[in-house]
Amino acid sequence: MFEELRDLYQEVIFDHNRNPRNFRIIDPSDRKVDGFNPLCGDRLTLFLKMDGDVIVDASFQGSGCAISTASVSLMTEIIKGKTLTEAETLFKQFHEMTTGKEEHIDLEAMGKLAVLAGVREYPARVKCATLAWHTLDAALKNAAASVSTE
Amino acid sequence: MTNFPVEKIRADFPILAETIRNKPLVYLDNAATCQKPQSVIDSLVHVYAHEYANVHRGVHTLSVRATDKYESTREKVRSFINAASDKEIIFVRGTTEAINLVAQSYGRTNIQAGDEILISAMEHHSNIVPWQMLCEQTGAVLKVIPMTTQGELIYEEFERLLTPKTKLLAVVHMSNALGTINPVKRMIDAAHALDVPVLIDGAQAIPHMSVDVQALDCDFYVFSGHKLYGPAGIGVLYGKQALLEAMPPYHGGGDMIKRVTFEKSEYAGLPNKFEAGTPSIADGIALGAAIDYLTAVGMDTIAAYEAELLAYATEQAKQIKGLKLIGEAAEKGAILSFVLDHIHPHDIGTMLDSLGIAIRAGHHCAMPVMDFYGVPATARASFAMYNTKQEIDFLMQGIQSLIEVFG
Repeated sequence: MFEELRDLYQEVIFDHNRNPRNFRIIDPSDRKVDGFNPLCGDRLTLFLKMDGDVIVDASFQGSGCAISTASVSLMTEIIKGKTLTEAETLFKQFHEMTTGKEEHIDLEAMGKLAVLAGVREYPARVKCATLAWHTLDAALKNAAASVSTE
Repeated sequence: MTNFPVEKIRADFPILAETIRNKPLVYLDNAATCQKPQSVIDSLVHVYAHEYANVHRGVHTLSVRATDKYESTREKVRSFINAASDKEIIFVRGTTEAINLVAQSYGRTNIQAGDEILISAMEHHSNIVPWQMLCEQTGAVLKVIPMTTQGELIYEEFERLLTPKTKLLAVVHMSNALGTINPVKRMIDAAHALDVPVLIDGAQAIPHMSVDVQALDCDFYVFSGHKLYGPAGIGVLYGKQALLEAMPPYHGGGDMIKRVTFEKSEYAGLPNKFEAGTPSIADGIALGAAIDYLTAVGMDTIAAYEAELLAYATEQAKQIKGLKLIGEAAEKGAILSFVLDHIHPHDIGTMLDSLGIAIRAGHHCAMPVMDFYGVPATARASFAMYNTKQEIDFLMQGIQSLIEVFG
């Protein structure tokens, strides 16, 4: 019945929505940032544990739609072990994948994150996928308080 | 279903023939805005093709023609809500502007530090924020009538909160997030017993029931044209003449003055005093066409048909395992707000959209209502007179299927 949506709702997304990874609190954490999408009311809190320049652990709390939950779940998996600079590069690539021009995107380089490329076709849902990453971006810049997609 | 001529009505709304993602459009987002009948669309086109000029000022024939048509809408609105005089009908951009006008013009003149403004827990942001702004400006205090989990105002709490300190009651007639129809007549009478004026936010109620402002005895009644099958950009502030006359203008400019010198300006009388600048002329005229259409169908007939639609939808929704209705007031308009276990409203919205079904997923500009129910958002199907039982069946099948897909 929902064939057309297969690009948007891939099995990986359903999986991460049902069983979000790293859905826990890191206490004490080195960086903790709240993300908020006022358009839909979704909220999440991202926790990072650092060892010097390296993200050694990442987790989140909050509630959102399948796209936003899968996005933050995948993100916390993928950024573990990355340096701040590497994570920042990933943020830019993810942003480009979901909002940029198609010809500039190398989906293979995105690995698992490529399952979220489908939001490009659903402008109303792009922010669901990018909320996690904007929150990460704020955490990388050590912004203490909170970030909003608006 | 009764003998309501829904197929005939559907044929009057060209957009209902649209296909969305190769499927027939099922438009269930009427609480956000309603679709327009051909007569309203024709009216807009006709104005710009044959009757358009600025109003209230030209001596030329076309301006007189435009003015007559525009002013005839004022009389249609007066009659539609049974106001005593067309001087009590102020054209504004919509409900939001109407409430801001009352807050700033009436509020800043009559409300002082320590006074209380009473609203309810189920208000739209447009009936919260203007009062918060007024409170910041004046030092007045905002009080909120609580509600039950059914989505009904707690009347005893309302009576307790209504005190000699209360200087204004602003309450929604029908909630956009819950569908609740509040006992406004009873509340107005209670407020008047303490000389408290009452503003009723009629944005949702007006397309669903007949409204008689004299019978209600409300002091202000506000609504938007676009939810009444008319154009966006035009709305109505009804106010009792004595109150409006005592209020200062909201905007200054052309059309709202009798005489201007650099020393002092003399304001025009009602309704022009509150209508500075060139209004949305064609939209105003087309609102008249929408009222003509509704009057021909009959508001009571519409209300009866929509009550059947809502009862049917509610009954069907209750069969779906994992679906929870948000808002189950005994007195309710044609709005079905709901959440599904483990499925976010945005996913519901996207999935239903792929079937051609337009619903609203979000906080419905009523974040405090979402907080009250502890949900970030709800899915909302809102019905209009052109919706059918078949469309409701289609919606319910869609919900069942997406529950299966999410597993």
